[in-house]
Amino acid sequence: MNRNKIIIKDLNFYYDDKQAIRDLRLNIPANEVFSVIGPANSGITTLLRTLNRLCDLTPGTRIEGEILLDNKNIYSEEISITELRRRVGFVFDVPTPLPMSIFDNVAYGLRLVRRKNKKTPLESVETALRQAALWDEVKERLKSPAMSLSGGQQQRLCLARVLALEPEVVLLDRPCSGLDPISTAKIEESLTELKKQVTIIISPHNTQQAARISDRVAFMLDGRLIEEGANIEVFSSPKDKRTSDYITGRFG
Amino acid sequence: MIKLNPHTAEKLAKGVIWTVALMVIAVLIFIIVFILYRGLSVINWEFLTRIPRRSGREGGILTPIIGTLSVTLLAILIAMPFGIGTAFYLAEYTKDGILTRIIRFCTESLAGIPSIIYGLFGFIFFVQILDLKWSILSGGLTLAIMVLPTLIRTSEEAIRAVPKTYREVSFSLGGTKWQTIRKAVVPSAIRGIVNGLILSVGRCVAETAAVILTAGVSLSMPKSVLDSSRTMAVHFYQLVIEGISMTNAYGTAAVLIILVFFINVVANMLINRFVAKGR
Amino acid sequence: MKKFKEKLSGRIFFILALSTISALVLITIFIFVEGMPLIAEVGLFNFIFGMVWSPSQGHFGIFPMIVGTVSVTFGAALIGIPVGICCSIFMAEFAPARMRSIFRPAIQLLAGIPSVVYGFWGLIYIVPIIRDRLGGPGLSVLAGSVILAIMILPTIISISEVSIMALPRHYKEGALALGMTHWQTIWRVQLPAAKSGIVAGVILGIGRAVGETMVVIMVLGNAVALPESILDPVRTLTTNIGIEMGYAAGKHQQALFATGIVLFILIMILNITAQIITRRKSK
Repeated sequence: MNRNKIIIKDLNFYYDDKQAIRDLRLNIPANEVFSVIGPANSGITTLLRTLNRLCDLTPGTRIEGEILLDNKNIYSEEISITELRRRVGFVFDVPTPLPMSIFDNVAYGLRLVRRKNKKTPLESVETALRQAALWDEVKERLKSPAMSLSGGQQQRLCLARVLALEPEVVLLDRPCSGLDPISTAKIEESLTELKKQVTIIISPHNTQQAARISDRVAFMLDGRLIEEGANIEVFSSPKDKRTSDYITGRFG
Repeated sequence: MIKLNPHTAEKLAKGVIWTVALMVIAVLIFIIVFILYRGLSVINWEFLTRIPRRSGREGGILTPIIGTLSVTLLAILIAMPFGIGTAFYLAEYTKDGILTRIIRFCTESLAGIPSIIYGLFGFIFFVQILDLKWSILSGGLTLAIMVLPTLIRTSEEAIRAVPKTYREVSFSLGGTKWQTIRKAVVPSAIRGIVNGLILSVGRCVAETAAVILTAGVSLSMPKSVLDSSRTMAVHFYQLVIEGISMTNAYGTAAVLIILVFFINVVANMLINRFVAKGR
Repeated sequence: MKKFKEKLSGRIFFILALSTISALVLITIFIFVEGMPLIAEVGLFNFIFGMVWSPSQGHFGIFPMIVGTVSVTFGAALIGIPVGICCSIFMAEFAPARMRSIFRPAIQLLAGIPSVVYGFWGLIYIVPIIRDRLGGPGLSVLAGSVILAIMILPTIISISEVSIMALPRHYKEGALALGMTHWQTIWRVQLPAAKSGIVAGVILGIGRAVGETMVVIMVLGNAVALPESILDPVRTLTTNIGIEMGYAAGKHQQALFATGIVLFILIMILNITAQIITRRKSK
């Protein structure tokens, strides 16, 4: 087995008085696709947002426990949040292109680190777009507005935007909900390809997708981790009744 | 009292409301036509480019035009950093608390204070105490305070209209707060902010009471911002109230109306494009 | 470096945000410091209820001007409020989309036209009509009320319209579903629900009328006397300052600042009332 890229120790997370994550302990191995499944409001989105500290943006939240990235607590004082977020990318559940050109969208993150007056190398943008399986569709019109792309293309653009920063971990929060099957297939294909270089943590939009793409699967319910294991184990012989109920579609 | 049948009441009410609304438009058009009808014939190249002579009885309105432009420009330049900065502070840098409540209270209160009070304040503070005399600078400073609330409100609204996801995306890509504001928020909010600036320009151009007490009524060509100069609105007022020249008063009023019309149309076009883009 | 920039930008925005507070404080302080000595000397009661304004003789009574301000404002409100509310209902409910796209910029233009132009129009057009048809000098409470009514329309219309438009859709839909006519829905459901916004708009409109200066100088006649009818000339608090500030000095100037204090307090009362009403609504 691969070494652990992320280790979560006794994580508790609160929005004001409401607890969204309860005593969560989880190891996420490097260079695999790790799926977190569960019904709505199980704390999955919250979990993903704690992993690159996007949750800091929501006022009134509180976190307990530790999250180690390469054995360093990302909530410790020495960690630079901006650097952490570049190392751990995030793709949202709806396509979120910024109101600028396709090229500028992909280059957005790069330009935040580069010194002024240095042009963003076209190669980085091209590589990222190729990795996200979008290059061939947009190479002729990199200057046109990102909003003019279809929903599926926009979501792949968002993936490319994250990949341009050459992150170590990519978090995807139901990235394919509401997308057409072709775009979904393309995204899944790129993820399988990508895991050679990065660790992928995804909240799939259904169990079939989880079964298709993941190496390991975790099932969450009410902010608790119910079960975690290799893809085949969880789907063929779940240990917990709630997991099997969920997988067979008896609730959620 | 007679009890009306609901449908008769509906017809009656609709009739009254339509009539009143159309009457308001009619009055507006009437006022504009009334001024332009007699004013447009006065306007020509000489009128716009000549210095007024004999207190404005003869000659053009070049100095008042320059006065208006310089006072307005100065006011906007001074107000811009404070107004837009306050808007960013309220929308991006702080949660609701005592301080924001106080800032909002002061902004709303400033918006309601009549221009003559601004005039009094500008007169005592800028003209007398800071000893800037009646000058373009005193007028600009006074108007800058006066347009602050307009600028803050419109800019804050424009900033708040920027979708939250833009900010999240920028942060998630490792942007700092400042980078996020500069690269993800400002480009989307800029139209609304510019619109606020244009509205403020309109208020400066139209203002009389506050500038007459701070920039004075001098008709000679200002050489620096420390010289007194009257604006077009003040010039127009003087022409009317002193009974100097009705013809030139009409001409000046027509120029003012055209200018204000132009400013409002531009602002409106920007609003429309802004709203269309935002959705 | 980045952290420093980050902190610096926050600090700068914070300092800029203090500008409105300092502006309001400065304005309050200087108006009061200039005007209070005279009120102290003459006595508050004598100043406010004094009937004689004769600065050269040392008489500083502003009661006629308070009456002037109140009467002109009352007249403007009497005409302006119903018309303004009608227009806001028109904008929010009756106007077809194309009509609205003309009406809205028109109201904006109405707000943008310099007040001196309204005053001039009143002087040239309204005043002669009143003089010829109704008698008196023409320069009168009536003339001032008519023009101020037009001038406060934009304030009333825009704020009322926003508060009608901001009502949840189900208010209207629910009422219509109960078989109410469109007008009954407006009259019995929407207007009561939007009441606080409309009242706030009206109060701010009244504030504008109280504070307007150039228009009233031109059409009110500016006589310092209690009006006996709406056809008599009056002087308001603002005109008193506007006319005499140009040549006043010494105690006379202080007396004008004292007039400013009264005006300032009046406006702040209206302002704060409107703000309290709006805030209560948003909770």
